[in-house]
Amino acid sequence: MSTRYFVPRDATARAVGADAVAAALASGVAEHNHAEIVRNGSRGAFWLEPLLEIEQDGKRVGFGPLCADDVPAILALEAHEYATHDRYLGPLEQHPWFAAQQRVTFMRAGLDDPLCLESYLARHGFEGLEHAVHLSPGDIVDEVTRSGLRGRGGAAFPTGVKWRTVLEAEAGQKYIVCNADEGDSGTFADRLLMESDPYQLIEGMAIAGVAVGADRGYIYLRSEYPDAWQVMHTAIAKAEAAGYLGQDICDSGRAFHLELRLGAGAYICGEETALLDSLEGKRGVVRAKPPLPAHQGLFGQPTVVNNVLTLAAVASIMADGAEAYAGLGSGRSRGTLTLQLAGNVRHGGLVEVPYGCTLREVLDTFAGGTRSGRPMRAIQVGGPLGAYLPESLWDTPLDYEAFAAAGGMLGHGGVVVFDDTVDMAAQARFAMAFCAAESCGKCTPCRVGSVRGVEVLDRIIAREEGARNLALLEDLCDTMTSASLCAMGGLTPNPVRSAIAHFPEDFQ
Amino acid sequence: MVQYYEPQRDYGTPAASGGEAVALQIDGIDIEVPAGTSVMRAAALAGVKVPKLCASDSLEAFGSCRVCLVEIAGRRGYPASCTTPVEPGMQVQTQTPALAKLRRGVMELYISDHPLDCLTCPTNGDCELQDTAGEVGLRAVRYGFAGANHLEAEKDQSNPYFTFDPAKCIVCSRCVRACEEVQGTFALTIEGRGFDSRVSVGATDFLGSDCVSCGACVNACPTATLTENSIIEQGIPEHTAITTCAYCGVGCGFRAELRGNTVVRMTPWKDGRANEGHACVKGRFAFGYATHPDRITTPMVRDSIEQPWREVSWDEALQFAARRFREIQERHGRNSIGAISSSRCTNEEVYLVQKLVRAGFGNNNIDTCARVCHSPTGFGLKTTLGESAGTQAFTSVDSADVIMVIGANPTEAHPVFGSRLKRRLREGARLIVIDPREIELVDAPHIRADYHLPVNPGANVAVLNAMAHVIATEALHDAGFIAQRCDRESFASWLEFVSAEHNAPEALAAATGVDPESLRAAARLYASGGNAAIYYGLGVTEHSQGSTAVMAIANLAMLTGNIGREGVGVNPMRGQNNVQGSCDMGSFPHELPGYRHLSDAATRGQFEAAWQVQLDPEPGMRIPNMFDAALDGQFRGLYCQGEDVAQSDPNTQHIEAALSALECLVVQDIFLNETAKFAHVFLPGASFLEKDGTFTNAERRISRVRKVMPPLSGKADWEVTQAFAAALGCDMDYAHPSQIMDEIASLTPTFSGVSYALLDEKGSLQWPCNESAPEGTPTMHRDEFVRGKGYFAITDFVATDERANRRFPLLLTTGRILSQYNVGAQTRRTDNSAWHSEDTLEIHPHDAQERGVSEGDWVGIQSRVGNTVLRATLTTRVKPGVVYTTFHHPVSGANVVTTDNSDWATNCPEYKVTAVQVSRVSAPSAWQARQQQFDRKQRDLLERARTDA
Repeated sequence: MSTRYFVPRDATARAVGADAVAAALASGVAEHNHAEIVRNGSRGAFWLEPLLEIEQDGKRVGFGPLCADDVPAILALEAHEYATHDRYLGPLEQHPWFAAQQRVTFMRAGLDDPLCLESYLARHGFEGLEHAVHLSPGDIVDEVTRSGLRGRGGAAFPTGVKWRTVLEAEAGQKYIVCNADEGDSGTFADRLLMESDPYQLIEGMAIAGVAVGADRGYIYLRSEYPDAWQVMHTAIAKAEAAGYLGQDICDSGRAFHLELRLGAGAYICGEETALLDSLEGKRGVVRAKPPLPAHQGLFGQPTVVNNVLTLAAVASIMADGAEAYAGLGSGRSRGTLTLQLAGNVRHGGLVEVPYGCTLREVLDTFAGGTRSGRPMRAIQVGGPLGAYLPESLWDTPLDYEAFAAAGGMLGHGGVVVFDDTVDMAAQARFAMAFCAAESCGKCTPCRVGSVRGVEVLDRIIAREEGARNLALLEDLCDTMTSASLCAMGGLTPNPVRSAIAHFPEDFQ
Repeated sequence: MVQYYEPQRDYGTPAASGGEAVALQIDGIDIEVPAGTSVMRAAALAGVKVPKLCASDSLEAFGSCRVCLVEIAGRRGYPASCTTPVEPGMQVQTQTPALAKLRRGVMELYISDHPLDCLTCPTNGDCELQDTAGEVGLRAVRYGFAGANHLEAEKDQSNPYFTFDPAKCIVCSRCVRACEEVQGTFALTIEGRGFDSRVSVGATDFLGSDCVSCGACVNACPTATLTENSIIEQGIPEHTAITTCAYCGVGCGFRAELRGNTVVRMTPWKDGRANEGHACVKGRFAFGYATHPDRITTPMVRDSIEQPWREVSWDEALQFAARRFREIQERHGRNSIGAISSSRCTNEEVYLVQKLVRAGFGNNNIDTCARVCHSPTGFGLKTTLGESAGTQAFTSVDSADVIMVIGANPTEAHPVFGSRLKRRLREGARLIVIDPREIELVDAPHIRADYHLPVNPGANVAVLNAMAHVIATEALHDAGFIAQRCDRESFASWLEFVSAEHNAPEALAAATGVDPESLRAAARLYASGGNAAIYYGLGVTEHSQGSTAVMAIANLAMLTGNIGREGVGVNPMRGQNNVQGSCDMGSFPHELPGYRHLSDAATRGQFEAAWQVQLDPEPGMRIPNMFDAALDGQFRGLYCQGEDVAQSDPNTQHIEAALSALECLVVQDIFLNETAKFAHVFLPGASFLEKDGTFTNAERRISRVRKVMPPLSGKADWEVTQAFAAALGCDMDYAHPSQIMDEIASLTPTFSGVSYALLDEKGSLQWPCNESAPEGTPTMHRDEFVRGKGYFAITDFVATDERANRRFPLLLTTGRILSQYNVGAQTRRTDNSAWHSEDTLEIHPHDAQERGVSEGDWVGIQSRVGNTVLRATLTTRVKPGVVYTTFHHPVSGANVVTTDNSDWATNCPEYKVTAVQVSRVSAPSAWQARQQQFDRKQRDLLERARTDA
């Protein structure tokens, strides 16, 4: 009987030593016959990486986290002895950390070699696209609309409405652009998806192309993701060779060409209009809206700009039907939410759950407390522009409207945990400093305001004319919120104001 | 009435074109505007002022300054009014407490990084930042000034006309956008991100950058960051007057901005139809020549050119000239004197000079400098279409799909139109360039010609015939148009001619030097690419077959039905400000005003009745005839107004000999030009700033020239001509140029509706302007050709005699450069020489290497008639076998080399083809040495006049 060993090739797994584990494995299994080492994607439980899974007789069990030195001992074990190993995890589907999740978009993540097309097909890959090419564009858009899918990049705009706009725009050329410039601190879901299940994104984009009449798509990928680049690059070539991309996709007579483009390290290029400028070869500077990209996007043509997770979700929606997806979630937030647990947590990683559970439930179920062992004090949800939430707000249900009502935002699902040693004035200052560092410089509230924000907070931290400077900071936040051109300047006051409102003692 | 200075009105965003009317309410005021209009513009149209800093109606909305925010009922937040389009029923509030607080908040941020030196700032009182701070009621900057700032940023003073002071920059990007959207040069960018974002020229400084100094950025700047040096030195203007540029044939409308009688700034007029608020380095900045110390403001006389000048009264000078002219006529006959009028002068002045000749001299020896530039246009277009003028308005190019540029270099010679053309090309119009040289349009930022056909100098007709051959033989022509609009017989014989195998691109390839496949492709594009428009210049006319080429162009347009509507047509790019007008005004020896032949007794009768004289029905001498006759002793007196024939006409040594042979040369000019050095009487001229009148540009647009300062000599040119006529006993009695225009209108059918009152009302008028077109005619030949049916002239290609051979293996062609203007009399007396201080010879590296010539070497250029010496510039812009130079500096002697060859129909000189040899030399040519000596002597004789006085 053959044995298959799985060691993730994902960037995070590699960062914590997966390559060394794989190398140790390679030298170890050389003596065994019928052994195959698969570099799979990561399942997203980064706290268990490097993870090793062994599949024998149709049974797959895991060990982790490991280091290379652990490998010989594991290889020396007989199957019935595995459970005796202190890093033995059992079948991962049954591991509480996974069992409590509801994987839809990340259903396949970590199961196979991400570039193995056969594996993808074996797990219902490209069924959504095969289905879509037999539908009229309007029917595809209807299906997506009925699923209730909203943009996963953070703005949560209904995807079907956006697609409908592009579908109805009259133009000789339309585009699908995938925003893979995942820049929020503490987020990694896009990267994980691209490194673990690249064909799903390709499938989602091809469906989008068929749906709106775009025969050309671009993935705008941040340059800080070299592994994702490599995986996507190869996956695109293989999908094209297999007829899922190119001049005649799935023998439908419809064309969809996909190109992968690298960013140049600017956070602002995750903002969709700056992204489009950058994609056109210009400085990445935010455009005023209107016109919306759906009307005049890339090179002035109607363009769907969607986040990686949004497009990936479309593949399963088209495969399993809108109702299955819409059946999950709460309120107007349908389907599943991908949270990325980071910061000061013991069990960091990617958690996919239906919308509607509370933040506290998620933390209790998955985080395993802080890594430092100290009490949690503040949680920033939604990336660097998200609010800092005190414990009193942790019972807020994870849905867009409920979070907004509590003064927060879900954004791209980043969850960064801080313990009680955090200095919230320093965090507020960091928010302004981040804005100053990443502002495109176009609008004044952001360009000048963020710099003045740092200066005012420095004076507050130095206890200079505290009351006067807090009042000035409040006015500045008003100006930035209401007058900024895009969400970068407009949302920067969120962490600042929430820090002041919920942790006033740090500013006294 | 004095127009006190105030900034030109700005509606914030460009006008929306032609959408349905949308009704909305702004601050309770009902307004209807076209769909696509911004809320900001709608507010401005409703008379509601919304603060703004980054918006300007010459630029697309940008949305960066965030002071134009408004509240809209039913919408969240505070949308920027500049980027929000109107919608039916919208209710907009522009002033609320919340908006006031936001605007103050934004202004406070701006001012926290801005020097507080308003009282000593050059634009104090003319600054949008200052105004906006006032409008929003900013009272304090609570951030203080100790934080990060750009107050120590260094100035860039490299451009002679304006200063860049980045300490005052608010990073609104208006300059960058103006450079891109208006001018199309892309010299400016924003460098850095966030707070480090700064305007940058992408080079060490402005002068060393791609900047063409058009001034669009300076216009656009809302602060003192980009400011004219004249404003820095002299202060902001106190009053203004609208006038017309006196440089090229684009005829830009300008607002002269003055302090007292001193022009402190020329600002492109936004309502000027030819330029719509844009300008170039010449019109915008190079006006200082008007008050240059070289200006001669006192009349002078002398008996011979060996004598010093004598400053005299106007009366004495005019009597002196009149007496000599009458004596010459008594001794040598009525036809022994004549005049040359100037395309630089006003219509009224040109009209008076021809009237003086016909009515006062009693002959028709009147010619004008159009002889040496666009006379073939007049002939060729009259013959084929029926009117001696371009067919379109400049705005027509905005709807062209295919643009063919032949023998013209708009970005250098007609820069403001060049920018409009480039804008259309950036919008996607296709481009065909036919030129021996790789002009800028062939490959410019965001522009690339679909086809560049590098024709051999002298082979335009062959290329045009070959294009017509392709269109005709591939049946790409517009048979319906031809059947309906064109003369059947001429078309039939032309079709047979052009379809003949000898006109195929392959058969002509040796002559044209153009790849037949590219030529075929270009022809197909021209014929089938939608609206196709032809723009041509002196590279078409200044050939032995200049008139033939013009007719071949008209044939192409008729063949493809590309005439008679917007977006198409045949468009001569006129070289000088009033070439069109001077031709219109009867400046040719055979034509009365309005292109009516002298031999027509009825027309002649009208003028005879109006002028109370008998007119000679025989055409007079053309310019080259005058010079030949001077050398023969039959022509002895010449009144030359505002043209420097000694520098600008071909075969300089021939011209110099002719001028030297004259008994009395009367020169009227603002400077002692090269021709004046041969003169006996010098009558001081007036610049365009010193007189009233009109100019007519390349699109037949008649625009007012307005006196903004008194003539330095006491007389405007029309007054001088009138006084000269009086001295000759030919009485004219005009109190104002408007009366001259009234006379022109009464005698010229195409001008009969023109009056100063109507010009003042409409801003400008495109002739024909008469009963059937009371507001003028933007597009000609709409329903039928002026001549009735369009005429296809046979355009056989005949190679010029001026061929390259072993002795003269290279072909020299000439052209203009952006910063200098023609003979350079004006621009050389401005800081424009910072860009072009000498003419050089462009030579292909291959030809240079063969001759051992390196960059910057002195090279002798020898033709059959003369030689001169220039420095060499090695460049692949010219192809092997072709060399190129400009002719802006007298000492260059470009025309010492050019020959007497000329157009068969009009005698327009063949400037564009001269066979030459080029070789390395170490000293100036003998002519140049003589020229310098003569120049020194004449300057000395002038100096003595001044010291004696």
